[in-house]
Amino acid sequence: MSDTTQEPMIAADGRPLKQSLARALRRQKLRALALIAPLLLFVMVTFIIPILSMLFRSVENQIVSNTLPHTVVALQEWDSAQSELPDEEVFRHLYFDLFKAAEAKEHSRLGTRLNYEKTGLSSVFRTTGRRLDDMGEVFQDPLEDINENFKNGAFWYEMLSGEGGEELLESRRTLWARLTGDSMAGDIGFVPSSQMADMLPWTTRAYTDFAIWTVVEEEDVVAEEDPWEAVYAGLAYDLQSEETRANIASYGGPGAEALKDAVANFDKLPKVDFKAAFAEAKEDWVTTDLWATVQVFSADYTPGYFLNAVDLELTPEGVQAKPENQQIYMQLFMRTLWMALVITGSCIVLGYPVAWLLANLPMRTANTLMILVLLPFWTSLLVRTSAWKVLLQQQGVINDILVWLGFVDDANRLILMNNATGTIIAMTHILLPFMILPLYSVMKTIPPSYLRAAKSLGATNWTAFWRVYFPQSVPGIGAGSILVFILAIGYYITPEIVGGTDGIFISNRIAYHISSSLNWGLAAALGSILLVVVLVLYWAYDKIVGIDNVKLGG
Amino acid sequence: MAADSSNDAFVEFERVQKSYDGETLVVKDLNLTMPKGEFLTMLGPSGSGKTTCLMMLAGFETATHGDIRLGGKSINGIPPHKRGIGMVFQNYALFPHMTIAENLAFPLEVRKMSKAEREEKVKRALDMVEMGDFGGRRPAQLSGGQQQRIALARALVFEPELVLMDEPLGALDKQLREKMQFEITHLAHRLGITTVYVTHDQTEALTMSDRVAVFDDGRIQQLASPDQLYESPENSFVAQFIGENNTLEGVVEQIKGNKCVVKLDDGEVLDAVPVNVSKVGERTRVSIRPERVEYNTDRLDPDAHTLSAEVLEFIYMGDIFRTRLRVAGNEDFVIKTRNAPDQVRLKPGQKIKIGWMAEDCRALDA
Repeated sequence: MSDTTQEPMIAADGRPLKQSLARALRRQKLRALALIAPLLLFVMVTFIIPILSMLFRSVENQIVSNTLPHTVVALQEWDSAQSELPDEEVFRHLYFDLFKAAEAKEHSRLGTRLNYEKTGLSSVFRTTGRRLDDMGEVFQDPLEDINENFKNGAFWYEMLSGEGGEELLESRRTLWARLTGDSMAGDIGFVPSSQMADMLPWTTRAYTDFAIWTVVEEEDVVAEEDPWEAVYAGLAYDLQSEETRANIASYGGPGAEALKDAVANFDKLPKVDFKAAFAEAKEDWVTTDLWATVQVFSADYTPGYFLNAVDLELTPEGVQAKPENQQIYMQLFMRTLWMALVITGSCIVLGYPVAWLLANLPMRTANTLMILVLLPFWTSLLVRTSAWKVLLQQQGVINDILVWLGFVDDANRLILMNNATGTIIAMTHILLPFMILPLYSVMKTIPPSYLRAAKSLGATNWTAFWRVYFPQSVPGIGAGSILVFILAIGYYITPEIVGGTDGIFISNRIAYHISSSLNWGLAAALGSILLVVVLVLYWAYDKIVGIDNVKLGG
Repeated sequence: MAADSSNDAFVEFERVQKSYDGETLVVKDLNLTMPKGEFLTMLGPSGSGKTTCLMMLAGFETATHGDIRLGGKSINGIPPHKRGIGMVFQNYALFPHMTIAENLAFPLEVRKMSKAEREEKVKRALDMVEMGDFGGRRPAQLSGGQQQRIALARALVFEPELVLMDEPLGALDKQLREKMQFEITHLAHRLGITTVYVTHDQTEALTMSDRVAVFDDGRIQQLASPDQLYESPENSFVAQFIGENNTLEGVVEQIKGNKCVVKLDDGEVLDAVPVNVSKVGERTRVSIRPERVEYNTDRLDPDAHTLSAEVLEFIYMGDIFRTRLRVAGNEDFVIKTRNAPDQVRLKPGQKIKIGWMAEDCRALDA
């Protein structure tokens, strides 16, 4: 017999028994999987993936590097601790990056994003966006005076197109794609000439950007369109280099004549000084604060939203507490937790006797009572909350009755709404069924003979209840409390309607950031924290009470 | 043991009625007296009112009318926890969140006994049911029989004078049930406790009780010791309900003192004791126990009436033989004979004569 215990068991077909069993069960498992597949897919697509993407937003910060790719790179060298401004190169990159962004109308989004971190940046970006054309026209007008050809879109096309610049085209296309979120794919009928890209790098780059935008987004023909002001600014900057001017002298390709004219009349062009131009557009550009903010938030991923959500901020000097008058979230979290606890407590106090009645009344009466308990479920949440508004307001039903009965003076009507009291009253009512139902299902399983036994053994009604019945109903209280607490902590509609300013929850703030301030990153960070808090509480509950002790039913 | 001395009555029901819905009476006019130390069983089919009586005695139901007295005092208005009656429930009702020792200490605790006294009594109670080592366990860790003993110990630990048991052995298997029947009776007699026991199992009732109250339709049909109940049922319900029974229907032809002659519907006549028939011409149902039927006519009185019968089936049951006959048109007439060496084994199809001692056959209500 000893050999059979050591050898693996063999099935009738000679395979190991374990393997045979697994094969036999595989079919069942596959069928089970196929049965849940529709729901699983549905939940994945409509629920889990959006939530994950939303949570991802709480750290995602690619908008800065997508909108100002070159500026961010150039700014890396800059030390914000010094009182000096970044050098001209950074401003130059800023001009070309911002010009593109302004064409694609993405610059104001960046302004909004940075405005979360430093108030006022939104208007800086918007104002500057309007001035970018002027900053290029400064060079466009003299260049057009020097040679008429510069007015002609077809001339520019002929001069800058050629061959060998595919690589440049593709790298520009990638940057566009990151900026706009579209693929920007397609034949644009233009390939920059590699010769020009070497000789006039900024001009060619700006023109390539222009070409891609014109064809892909505006669906025009490149050669027929007049180039952006930025292209003129690029040419003016390229001409500043003596080497470039010398190269033009020996250049004989398309547009050589016009370029030579420009070199000859170089002194008629204004000096290229982007820093000064930006300073003129908006003074903030020449403050180190602004650049420090841009630098701190130029990383692709940032803890900034999370810090914000706990009343901290990320500054060039490191993580700091926010000014006291801007600290709202920690207080809001605490209030949310506290109020959810109070609501859970009131639900236990109010729900326990009802559940007891439900479990102990004769069937017919209990069913009627059960319908009354379930009735709120069949009424819209919004309707129920609005009804509470009618009841609770100062000229509302409750106050009227109290005044009529003489309990309350007409001049001192109770303020039951637009504060924490209102939220607690209305939410206790709304969440009560979630306490009653699990309590009921647990109480239903406690045989009445326990109470009888306790009484026959000499216990008074109270002792019998407290020592015998209540301990056995604790799992129901646990289940109801978890349900109510977790539902309460994330509640939104009711606090929104009856909560006023003192009675709102963190979820109302999340909703505000989603739909009004459009700071989705912060909303996502707040939501993630809420999720973590719930999970931590659940874990703590499991450790202390044990989730096995929670019963939702028989 | 059977006692009907009302002067030392311990438990008394006087004209007790109970209705739940105000339309029908579940208990109709119940009168019962029980002396101290008696083991009384309430036996009856479900819905006969026996459990209701027990609950009224325990105080969980109130009597609609009538008086219930305990030790001479009316307890109608006393709440259950002040009655001091021990009770064993059908499903034991051991508190699942307490250990066995805590369960046993519970009645002592609510009586505000000191800790030392409590421990002493709990230990004694556990020893009494031979469960001394189980104090630290939870009810769910015990088998049915063990739980049953603990429930018993808990009902007895505070030394009540009266103990009520509501079908306490219903959930046990046959063997264990028989063992517990013996243990419970033994314990009750040893401790001299007055016990009211409710069951629907007639064997249990017969083997355990001093007296049995047979309930049907909200009334006590007969209250008597087990032997009287079995041998002298007072009406056809009791005769049917207790033990196996053959019945034949007919009309009373003549009554002579404590003997009567009944003419069956097919014209045959037999002898019986008139129990609740009073006049000639009345319809009656005669009842005879299977083991009192005699087919060896030599053993009968020479002038006794006999009936002709045909053997339909012979069943060998080990200790006894069970033979099914057709008698006066009744095909379910059963006789039981001991498996003795000289016993005749009847064969199906055989025609025989059967008869009995007139005092074994009782003419009851139709």
